[in-house]
Amino acid sequence: MAEVLVLFTHPRPDRSEVNRPLYEIARNVEGVTAVDLYGEYPDFDINIDREQGRLMAHDVIIFQHPLYWYSAPALLKEWQDLVLEHGFAYGLHGTALQGKVLLNAVSTGARPADYSQTGVNRAELRSLLAPFEKTADLCDMRYLAPFALFGAGRALEEDRLQEHRKAYDDLLKALVADRFDLDKAAAAAVLNDVLDACITSGETH
Amino acid sequence: MGLLNEAFVYLCAAVIAVPVANRLGLGSVLGYLIAGVVIGPVIGLVGSETTEVQHFAEFGVVMMLFLVGLELQPAMLWKMRQQLIGLGGLQVTVTTAVFAGIGIAFGLAWQSALALGMILALSSTAIVLQTLNEKGWLKTRGGQSSFSVLLTQDIAVIPMLAVLPLLAIGVSHDGIDGSGNSESAGHGGEALAALPGWAQALVILVVIAAIVIAGRHLLRPVFRFIAEARLREIFTATALLLVIGIALLMDFVGLSPALGTFLAGVVLSDSEYRHELEADIEPFKGLLLGLFFLTVGAGIDFELLFGAPLMILGLVIGLMTVKFAVLFALGTLFRLQGADRWLFALGLAQAGEFAFVLFGIASGGGVLEQGLLQTMTLIVAISMLLTPALFIFHEKVVAPRVVAQSDRQPDTIDSRGRVVVAGMGRFGQIVSRMLLTSGYEVVILDHEPQTIENLSRIGIRTFFGDATRPNLLHAAGLDEADLFIAAIDDRDKQTQMVEHVARSYPNVKILARARDRHHVYELENVGAHHAEREIFEGALALGRRAFVELGHHPFHARVRAREFRNHDVAMLDALRENFNDGGVDNSYIDAMRAHSETLKEIMRVDRGNNRHEGADRGWNPPPKGDASL
Repeated sequence: MAEVLVLFTHPRPDRSEVNRPLYEIARNVEGVTAVDLYGEYPDFDINIDREQGRLMAHDVIIFQHPLYWYSAPALLKEWQDLVLEHGFAYGLHGTALQGKVLLNAVSTGARPADYSQTGVNRAELRSLLAPFEKTADLCDMRYLAPFALFGAGRALEEDRLQEHRKAYDDLLKALVADRFDLDKAAAAAVLNDVLDACITSGETH
Repeated sequence: MGLLNEAFVYLCAAVIAVPVANRLGLGSVLGYLIAGVVIGPVIGLVGSETTEVQHFAEFGVVMMLFLVGLELQPAMLWKMRQQLIGLGGLQVTVTTAVFAGIGIAFGLAWQSALALGMILALSSTAIVLQTLNEKGWLKTRGGQSSFSVLLTQDIAVIPMLAVLPLLAIGVSHDGIDGSGNSESAGHGGEALAALPGWAQALVILVVIAAIVIAGRHLLRPVFRFIAEARLREIFTATALLLVIGIALLMDFVGLSPALGTFLAGVVLSDSEYRHELEADIEPFKGLLLGLFFLTVGAGIDFELLFGAPLMILGLVIGLMTVKFAVLFALGTLFRLQGADRWLFALGLAQAGEFAFVLFGIASGGGVLEQGLLQTMTLIVAISMLLTPALFIFHEKVVAPRVVAQSDRQPDTIDSRGRVVVAGMGRFGQIVSRMLLTSGYEVVILDHEPQTIENLSRIGIRTFFGDATRPNLLHAAGLDEADLFIAAIDDRDKQTQMVEHVARSYPNVKILARARDRHHVYELENVGAHHAEREIFEGALALGRRAFVELGHHPFHARVRAREFRNHDVAMLDALRENFNDGGVDNSYIDAMRAHSETLKEIMRVDRGNNRHEGADRGWNPPPKGDASL
């Protein structure tokens, strides 16, 4: 069994079509701790001790957020700046996060084709998330390919939400049950593409 | 002359001369002296009765020592001990020794020479401190050293008062002190005269112990009881009663009344009633001392000066040169450099107002000969008259020359902000605690004895007093404060207080607690730099909480509360001009109504699709129809 922490970061959950339902799913999976960071710290005064305690109590950390300007909403950046302290997350004695797993579960406005060498962004989603991956490296964590919903603004109309929600549910449950091939997930470009292959033996329900 | 006539003449002289002297940069002591010279020797309005008035006025000195004691917290004295004992102690002893030596060389009895030395070693606290303060030199190293020496001298007066009567050599003293001097040392004690020596000493020790113990444990509840009665004049009466009572008691056992009140002052310097006592006694002390200096001026013998001008001037120059030389040497020894050493040595080179007091006692005790006393009084007065000239000499001639070679470090003393908080109710407490816990030096004033009691129980020192009284604010040290926080509850008193502080202390920043929006404007108009509505932020916090309880996401509740706040602050700004033009008139009400309409529009929860206004502006995804994405 693995303990999974979902840090849900969205400044306008009241208008969220994609992320809020995903957060609700995370809240209902046994073995998952789901935290609404904007709900908990509306004034940005993050409780560093509490957040570090949460990190230590879990094996898998998921940053769940919409992609804002190729990054996360501001509060998650603040969270990283404050919580990932020297001597805790990195540095000579900063080994608290060693061996834990980190991944981003994001929604993007643009379509999958835009996240390629030839698309408008001229880069893959994963390479644009390099700051997160490098952060994981520095903290000696294992970084997995991003779990993404592309073209999120049209997902509802194009009827893609249901499928994505189920995939998220599967992902979380497999992580909790240790039925997940981390090597395969770390090597992929986008986690959704290899999700079925990563989930090892047994039913997902 | 009748009492009223006399009072009229003295007051008239003071009222005319002191402000003029102050304007000319001479200071109030010289103003009184000059006024005395004018009404006495020059136009002869007052005559020999001045000596009687003088004995009465000497009580001002007793009050002054009470105030000096109040200022001397034992902890502060301990912190300054090196400067006080080292620099100050050496100044007093070396100067005394030099003058005594000169006196003996001129054929004086050793007792007289020693008395003269002690008296002349003192400098003028009143003139020097006032000048240093006015010119802003008090914070320099030279100013600090001067302050230490003056403080030592003030303290040294106490043993001098005790020693002087012992130096009596039985010179006959006709004239000046014929009426007897009940206020000075050495004249009381008749009550104990019958007792053997050891019993006298015992009684004296018991009296001193009683003052210390009563000051610590008895006076505080008494003052609280009086303060709770909320009768200001009775508090003042109590303060006067205390000083006079101690003076009488000391006189009774044959000790110096000044010593007793000084001791009482030190004992009370830690109490929360310190500033109020200071404010109450200060005017009496000021008037009595002023009267004292007037009588000294009136008593100056000008025939002496005109009879032998060269000798008198020579003696003045000799006096100041000796004092200057000792000070300059000590300044060098204590590593004062450049302009600081010059300021220190030039500034303290005069003799001081205590000399007049001590001369009075010396004459009463027959320590000094009458002729010598007359001469010396004249010399001391002239040396004080020359002091402003020395300061001007320092400022214009010495300082510009030596400043280049001075390698003094920038002053760090007191660079931390100093704050005075008036009003320690629910509002002032929060502000004060924030500042205190951050390590700022905060003087807190409140007029509610119960509040003070409660706060002192949790370790917050608060001074009792009505902060709307100008002299209390002065006693609390507004002169040297950087920040004044006006937080009293009474709306009108608050406005009056801010107005007074803004007018009298233009360098102090004023932050004020306001009752409501109109009060903000009023406070700004009388000079507050910033006014904060007392319930505004608290109400916003509760409103924000209400949004959360009504189902809003906490972050969205925050955004809405900020939006409301911003709009309200904008309205405060927008209506200011309107309010100042015509108060709450029709145009004000119209403008306010318009703002309220806008606000309602901005805050509406079900505002449809306009996503680029107000609280709905943030974190919007692009609209679904945008084909470019």
